[in-house]
Amino acid sequence: MLAVPAAFLAVFFAVPAATLVLTGLRDGGRWDLGAVGDVLASPGTRRVAWFTLWQAAVSTLVTVVVALPSAWLLGRIRFAGRSLFSALLVVPFVLPTVVVGTAFLAVLGRDGPLADVGGLFGVEVDLRRTATAVIVAHVFFNYAVIARTVGAAWQAVDPSVEEAARTLGASRWAALRTVTLPLLRPAVAGASAIVFLFTFTSFGVVKILGGPRIATIEVEIHRLTTQLLDLQTAAVLSLLQLAAVLGALALYRRAGVRRGSGALRSGQSTLHRPAGRERIVVVATVVSAALLLGTPILTLVWRSFATADGPGLAFYRALSTVGRGSVAFVPPTEAIRNSLVFGSAAAAMALLVGGSAAVGLHRLGGRVRGFVDSSVMLPLGVSAVTVGFGFLIALDEPPLDLRTSPILIPAAQAVIAIPFVVRTLLPALDSVPGRLREAAASLGASPLRVWWEVDAHLLRRPALVAFGFAHAISLGEFGATVFIARADAPTVPVAIFRALGQPGALNVGQAMALSTVLLTLTTAVMLVVDRIGDRRVGGF
Amino acid sequence: MASVEVRAVSKRFDGAPVLRGVDLDVADGSTLSLLGPSGSGKSTLLRIIAGLETADDGRVLLDGADVSGVPVHRRDVGVVFQDQALFPHLDVAGNVGFGLRMAGVERGARRAAVGEALDLVGLPGFEGRDPATLSGGEAQRVALARALAPRPGVLLLDEPFAALDQLLRERLLLELRSLFDDLAVTVVAVTHDPTEAGTLGDRIAVLVEGGIAQVGATGEVLSRPTSVEVAGLVGQRNVVPASVDDGMLVCAWGRFSVPAGAPPVAVLVPPDAVSSSPDGADQHRLVGVVGGLVFRGGSAFAVVHGVDHAWPSLEVRAAADWQVGSRVELTIDATRVTPLTS
Repeated sequence: MLAVPAAFLAVFFAVPAATLVLTGLRDGGRWDLGAVGDVLASPGTRRVAWFTLWQAAVSTLVTVVVALPSAWLLGRIRFAGRSLFSALLVVPFVLPTVVVGTAFLAVLGRDGPLADVGGLFGVEVDLRRTATAVIVAHVFFNYAVIARTVGAAWQAVDPSVEEAARTLGASRWAALRTVTLPLLRPAVAGASAIVFLFTFTSFGVVKILGGPRIATIEVEIHRLTTQLLDLQTAAVLSLLQLAAVLGALALYRRAGVRRGSGALRSGQSTLHRPAGRERIVVVATVVSAALLLGTPILTLVWRSFATADGPGLAFYRALSTVGRGSVAFVPPTEAIRNSLVFGSAAAAMALLVGGSAAVGLHRLGGRVRGFVDSSVMLPLGVSAVTVGFGFLIALDEPPLDLRTSPILIPAAQAVIAIPFVVRTLLPALDSVPGRLREAAASLGASPLRVWWEVDAHLLRRPALVAFGFAHAISLGEFGATVFIARADAPTVPVAIFRALGQPGALNVGQAMALSTVLLTLTTAVMLVVDRIGDRRVGGF
Repeated sequence: MASVEVRAVSKRFDGAPVLRGVDLDVADGSTLSLLGPSGSGKSTLLRIIAGLETADDGRVLLDGADVSGVPVHRRDVGVVFQDQALFPHLDVAGNVGFGLRMAGVERGARRAAVGEALDLVGLPGFEGRDPATLSGGEAQRVALARALAPRPGVLLLDEPFAALDQLLRERLLLELRSLFDDLAVTVVAVTHDPTEAGTLGDRIAVLVEGGIAQVGATGEVLSRPTSVEVAGLVGQRNVVPASVDDGMLVCAWGRFSVPAGAPPVAVLVPPDAVSSSPDGADQHRLVGVVGGLVFRGGSAFAVVHGVDHAWPSLEVRAAADWQVGSRVELTIDATRVTPLTS
């Protein structure tokens, strides 16, 4: 069962990774570690590395502070629209990075709502191409990770533990500080590590919002590869990136080990209706979350209709043509078709590979499983840019010359989606009660029949959810795809990025319209997934 | 130490009344058991006394002072929760010393008080233990030590033994009772178990559907319940419908004289009021067949019914030679027959 994922990951992960190492550490057929030292010591690398680290730390910290009230809301308060609130929170997280970048261009730019507010006070506001823009977008993007992860942990903290503290003389604030927050620390640490990872490896958002002067390691790798053709420096940076990410993942794992303290013993609900002053806090939390998360999305959609002649569909109409003033090689509608085809192929591949991996892992036990598990999860830690870059330099010569193969883009997207598929299917497989299988067998079902009658039936929903997840990831995938998409066959994110790179209102308008289309597609897929599956599935 | 007074306390949850004007008095240093079925509002009443819930109406007085507006952490109460609610991120010493820390007691004095409290509950030297490694009984003792360490005026127990097995429960019950007597602390204990209520409380208040159905000294409430509902809650089984006819109480087990009071709808015959000697007055003598034998803690009880089921079964103390199917003659002590209201 593990042969399929092993073969797939060998070709599409191990080979690119090995090539990356060789490109970075060898020069003209010899090992050249001195070059590595030169790259790491250069002021350019230091600046990029420092900015990457710094913005990731600040983004994470701000996200935790901003999202904590929503975590409290989800973990403790019963209110009308609670499940809707919880579902809407996730929308930003599943949006493609390119869409988030475009939306914040619209919000933070000279024509955006922020500038309108500034105008009231006679201040000119244009935050594009600043670190602030990047951080604000990161907060928007990762809000749900903190709110939902910590919220779930909060809900699992037995309220009678807080009550015990109160009866022992702790004020509300003292109980929060001495009991609740310490109990939430593992969840906060785990969720923060995830956010740090995402922001550390951020590519699309920084690429679009940061402008030419601001670069994370990811952005720098892309620039070195596509503009300066300096593959060796890019490879060294990829290795640096890999090391940092693996370090963060190891820390995350260690934080995860200590989880589970303060768990609820009784099955009773821990939610309560807000009373008195609590109601004000609830309303304030909901309103500020709605403002933070709703403004960019609404601004984006509005801008996609705001043509020079007033509200209209001009930008959408232009999507089907290669018009004047537009530099697209193909009509953007072609890109939508490409995205849907590539996404479906990638999701199918990810389900096949990730599904066999999950079944194989489920049958393994103990230590072997832990080892195999982490090797399947490895791509999760490797950034999309690294995957794309690896594909670019590894799979372009015999025996693996896949440059022109239509399989290349879906394969790259599948590599990124596989960990999510495994994370969705493995718990579902593990939760199938062994007794059901024993009962089926004792009633005369052969092993294959047992699998079909029990596992296959119970796994249909999780498999659909995994497929949907993989599809949504592939639809929005930018970091890897931008390296390997051919000029005449772009996906939607690539087309948006190209349109933003060109001057003219029509190009910007087209980017907004395409982003709105992608936003709608991704949200639709996620809504279907949410409908089919258990809400907790696949989440961090 | 402090007295507890509850005055006309009412509470609704989502419009449904949970407590309807409850009055209750617990004297300084005495113990009261709040007995009631689940949903009777007994835990809500306890939480209102603690300050964990607010009453819609009525007042709570601790030591004579109205504490209705005082938040829980400023009330002089200790609470032992049903699931113990030990802080999982603190060790035993951290748990037991928590209340003292909140009160600003400095480290040295705190350590001494923690040791004292742990001695009190029979767990000396447990300071460094992780709560997760404690057995059910140990966790319960730590929870008790934690509640007692700040020396609260009132100790509130919410179904403190629900999670423990039978044997452990009985041992702890007795220990607790003598501990409370030694400390002379005021205690309100919530329970649904009449044995627990009897062992813990000087007095018992029976709560039914949000109102006090009966309150009195422990022995009185357990052996002389006044209503069918309370008789069931305190574990009395010998209850049959009755009516009043010509100044006499008439039921399937005979005719008895009626004491003054509210018109009864049923009678209770305590098992101890029935003897197997055939020497009573005719109207109180019954001939029956042993239908089954029940053993409770070493004593045998027999379920006896009339020949050809002429009268419904009656649980009585069994004589040594009784077997299922034995024909027996019973006499009911008419003075101990209790009329019950609805």
